[in-house]
Amino acid sequence: MKIQTARALPCSAALVAAGLLLTACGSSGSDSGQQAGNASFEGRGPITFVAGKDSTGVVQAALDRWNELHPEEKVTFVQLPTDADSQRQQMIQNAETKSDAYTVLSLDVVWTSEFAAHQWIDRLPENRFPLQKMLRPVVETAKYRGNLYAAPGSSDGGMLYYRTDLLKKAGITEPPATWSEMTADCARVKKLPEAGDMSCYAGQFQKYEGLTVNFAEAVHSAGGQVADADGKPDVDTPEARKGLDFLAGSVEDGTIPKEAITYQEEDGRQAFEAGKLIFHRNWPYVYSLAQKSKVAGKFAVAPLPGLNGPGSSSLGGHNLALSSFAKNKATALDFMKFFSSEDSASTFLKDASLAPPYADLYDDASLVEQYPYLPVLKESILRAVPRPRVVQYGDVTSAIQREAYAALAGGKSSAQALKDLQAALQKSAAQ
Amino acid sequence: MSTTAKWRTWLPYAGVVAVVGYCLAPFYWMLVSSLRRTSDIFDTSLLPSPVSFENFGAVFDPSQGFTRALLNSLIVAGITTSLALLLATFTAYAMARLEFRFKRLILTLVIATSMFPVVSIVVPLLQLFTDIGWINTYQAMIVPSMSFALPLAVWNLTTFFRQMPDELEHAAMIDGCTRGQAFRKIIVPLAAPGIFTTAIITFIAAWNEFLIALTMTNKPEMQTAPVAISKFSGATQFETPFGSQMAAGVLVTVPLVVMVLFFQRRIVAGLTAGAAK
Amino acid sequence: MAGTRTPPGTPAYGPGSDAGQPSTPPAPRRGRARATAGSGRMAALLVSPTLLVLTIVVLYPTLMALNESLHGPKGLDPATGFIRTTEPFVGLKNYADIFGAAGERFWNAFWNTTFFTVVTVGLETVIGVAMALIMHKAFRGRALVRAGILVPWAVPTAISGLLWRWIFNSNGIANALVGHQILWTTEGFHAKVAVIVAEVWKTAPFIGLLVLAGLQVIPKEVYEAARIDGASALRQFWHITLPLVKPALLVAVLFRCLDALRMFDLPYILIGAQKNSVETLSMLAQNEASNVRFGPAAAYAVLLFLYVLLIALAFVRLLGADLVGDGAAAGRRRGNKGGRRRIPAPRRAEVSA
Repeated sequence: MKIQTARALPCSAALVAAGLLLTACGSSGSDSGQQAGNASFEGRGPITFVAGKDSTGVVQAALDRWNELHPEEKVTFVQLPTDADSQRQQMIQNAETKSDAYTVLSLDVVWTSEFAAHQWIDRLPENRFPLQKMLRPVVETAKYRGNLYAAPGSSDGGMLYYRTDLLKKAGITEPPATWSEMTADCARVKKLPEAGDMSCYAGQFQKYEGLTVNFAEAVHSAGGQVADADGKPDVDTPEARKGLDFLAGSVEDGTIPKEAITYQEEDGRQAFEAGKLIFHRNWPYVYSLAQKSKVAGKFAVAPLPGLNGPGSSSLGGHNLALSSFAKNKATALDFMKFFSSEDSASTFLKDASLAPPYADLYDDASLVEQYPYLPVLKESILRAVPRPRVVQYGDVTSAIQREAYAALAGGKSSAQALKDLQAALQKSAAQ
Repeated sequence: MSTTAKWRTWLPYAGVVAVVGYCLAPFYWMLVSSLRRTSDIFDTSLLPSPVSFENFGAVFDPSQGFTRALLNSLIVAGITTSLALLLATFTAYAMARLEFRFKRLILTLVIATSMFPVVSIVVPLLQLFTDIGWINTYQAMIVPSMSFALPLAVWNLTTFFRQMPDELEHAAMIDGCTRGQAFRKIIVPLAAPGIFTTAIITFIAAWNEFLIALTMTNKPEMQTAPVAISKFSGATQFETPFGSQMAAGVLVTVPLVVMVLFFQRRIVAGLTAGAAK
Repeated sequence: MAGTRTPPGTPAYGPGSDAGQPSTPPAPRRGRARATAGSGRMAALLVSPTLLVLTIVVLYPTLMALNESLHGPKGLDPATGFIRTTEPFVGLKNYADIFGAAGERFWNAFWNTTFFTVVTVGLETVIGVAMALIMHKAFRGRALVRAGILVPWAVPTAISGLLWRWIFNSNGIANALVGHQILWTTEGFHAKVAVIVAEVWKTAPFIGLLVLAGLQVIPKEVYEAARIDGASALRQFWHITLPLVKPALLVAVLFRCLDALRMFDLPYILIGAQKNSVETLSMLAQNEASNVRFGPAAAYAVLLFLYVLLIALAFVRLLGADLVGDGAAAGRRRGNKGGRRRIPAPRRAEVSA
């Protein structure tokens, strides 16, 4: 016991000095060639693709297609838990132990900066991917400090679901483009006998990632920003305050129902499908599900409203990145190219309704017939502003959730919440 | 007098009903939710209408590998429990019956080891197991599970062994039994309810272990049931597969309970049968 | 392992077994005294496999974590935009920060953890003992009842978290039963209540089962003797049952305390991360680790460990007589309470019931 203790301590100290967290005593600890940018994509052979569970089977189908064409370079699917936090945790653990078990990672768009800065993923050559055919905001989510670290895989944008039947009855022909139009429309709709006890609007306001999404949308839609182009926090501004005021004020005056501060995506969908909401902010996935609910045929989608005109959505979706510790990177790069190609994206849209990064697909007539929301989604994504792209994203989103939640539920004034948020973000950036 | 007597007969049964009701009501809700269609999942009616086995079908869809996961859980929890019980029986016997130094220290050490949050030891363990090639093996899940199974078993068995009167053992030894025989034939049968309960509790704790099992495996054929459940997903990223999660919850719980029902008679009978010899 | 150093023949009275031992050599002690000679070596033999396994599984990672807690997070190099590859040695800074800069959050989590532990374990003890007594009384179908109360404990924590989140949903069954809408997952005391209800439901059976097993090994004659003496049910419970199940109960409570102090999944899944009302120490450690600050995370884990250790030590002290083998006292008490020694036959019948 003594011997083991004595050996373990200096050994681990030395390793920590060498930059490895809790690494094994056995490994040499001096692989120097991990400088980003000059990663050489060498080696061919079997690789793995790591992503959350694929329930529609489209991923496995794509892998099967690849494996048939490349019998010597087979890709195995490593499925992670559905929960995004667990996915990230598993990927980080693998990176921390420098394991080569994971090759191509399906990263949530907000993780790119963190993974790139830790050099857990390799910088990619831009000329290998048809980036110019993709929607610009989507490509931005795959970059860190101007360099490409991931291949855009799928995207997602928020849309305003609204009750066409009620609006029509109230004599409103167009969906609202601004917040004040939306509240005015609500006032008219609520005069209808069947809409008396409905609520006007809800998004996702539980204290979780969805609140960051909704907060960022409100701030951006009012002309504010969370961080400036250089990534410096800039949220304590009059514009941002108007954005947060809209959310906090709406909760206050009942435009947003009180219970919406417990809503995640599914709760909001439930409320909208049960006919409790006139307007609802959610992702495209709701569309086909709501078609099977009580409100089938009674709703449509529009771009998110803003302060003085259409608002800006936050971006969702996943990008493909290459683990720095993987083997067979030449194969991996080819596979990423294949998996993020327009062909693949079109299949994913058709079979799994994943929003593609490619602009053309949104205008494809047959696809639009299948997914009538595509033109609106394209507009939403084009006008979208990504959530802050910072290395310490976890701290940033925690701070946003803390302050936004306090403003919505805890009675903190918007001004104070933004001031505290600005301070917290600056502190995090200084680390 | 007769009313009191009646009261006395019925009260325990009323109590049983209350206890069972308390334990099973939330489980009933789980069952009901698992029997709803995906589209009525938000209902709050007390009976699912219509009853649908869609969620159970989804759980047993071959792509989920749930049957295999149940088998893996059975193996991991079974071996963990047997091993923990075996080692703990030795230790607990020493604790209960032998006089030696540092007893308190050892008992404290045993329990202290079970106290470090798993989340803090998982990264070093992952590193260790990667180096010795244990990733995707049963032992990579069994050995860490011992960290909580063993202390639980040692402490419980110690209390139960200590409750057994020593005189019987001594009498047996005077009759020519060795210490080991005396222990096996006298103490173990008498402590059967304690041993059995310890086994159940250890087994369930190992059965439900999640973080270690998730971290140490990346092949679907090696995953345990809790890991498989964590991978259930809706048709899209945001859709919560609540129905199939609940169905899976029912499916990991019920076999456990059935198994306990099935085995408890046998095990207890087997343990006590030893005493008759 | 420690035991190996005990030379054979040394009077084997450990540091903990000093209470009144030399002066009382009553009948039950004789046998044990005879066994003492070789028992040190035998004990070492019996105990060492357990200690060996625990050393490998826990001690190694724990020492790593202890070392880790003295290191800070890797910094960002502003020039390259990359995280530096070394973790700076910061000594006790992580600990200082916990009590300093993050003090408010730490103490909030500390009190939440303590509150949850005291309340849930308290309720579980009462409910668990009640369950055990009821099950012990009901002879027919005891196996079925026991399997029934196993259900909550058998449901995986993550699943039970989801189940209760569904129940406590703003439009869930809990609100339907309460009759008005409580937003359980928002900040406030109701969030604590939700966690306590779910936790007690899930773990009261743990105590119930162990106490039931404790009850089952109490010989029936004890009660018969008491009944002949005319003791009331309450007196029987208080003076006979409770002292006799005390060791089993205390061990169950101890393990529940240790688990409750490390509570994580349930508040995390049911109420959510970063809710002040329910944030526990484990959640803080998890939060730091998930932001790749392993040093501070390890520091939280070490503090939690020390806190848990303190509770465990208190229990070891409390349980000493019953557990560690100050056999004299325990043996004598059993002798008094139990009357004559029993033969195994009636016990067997009891056991298999």
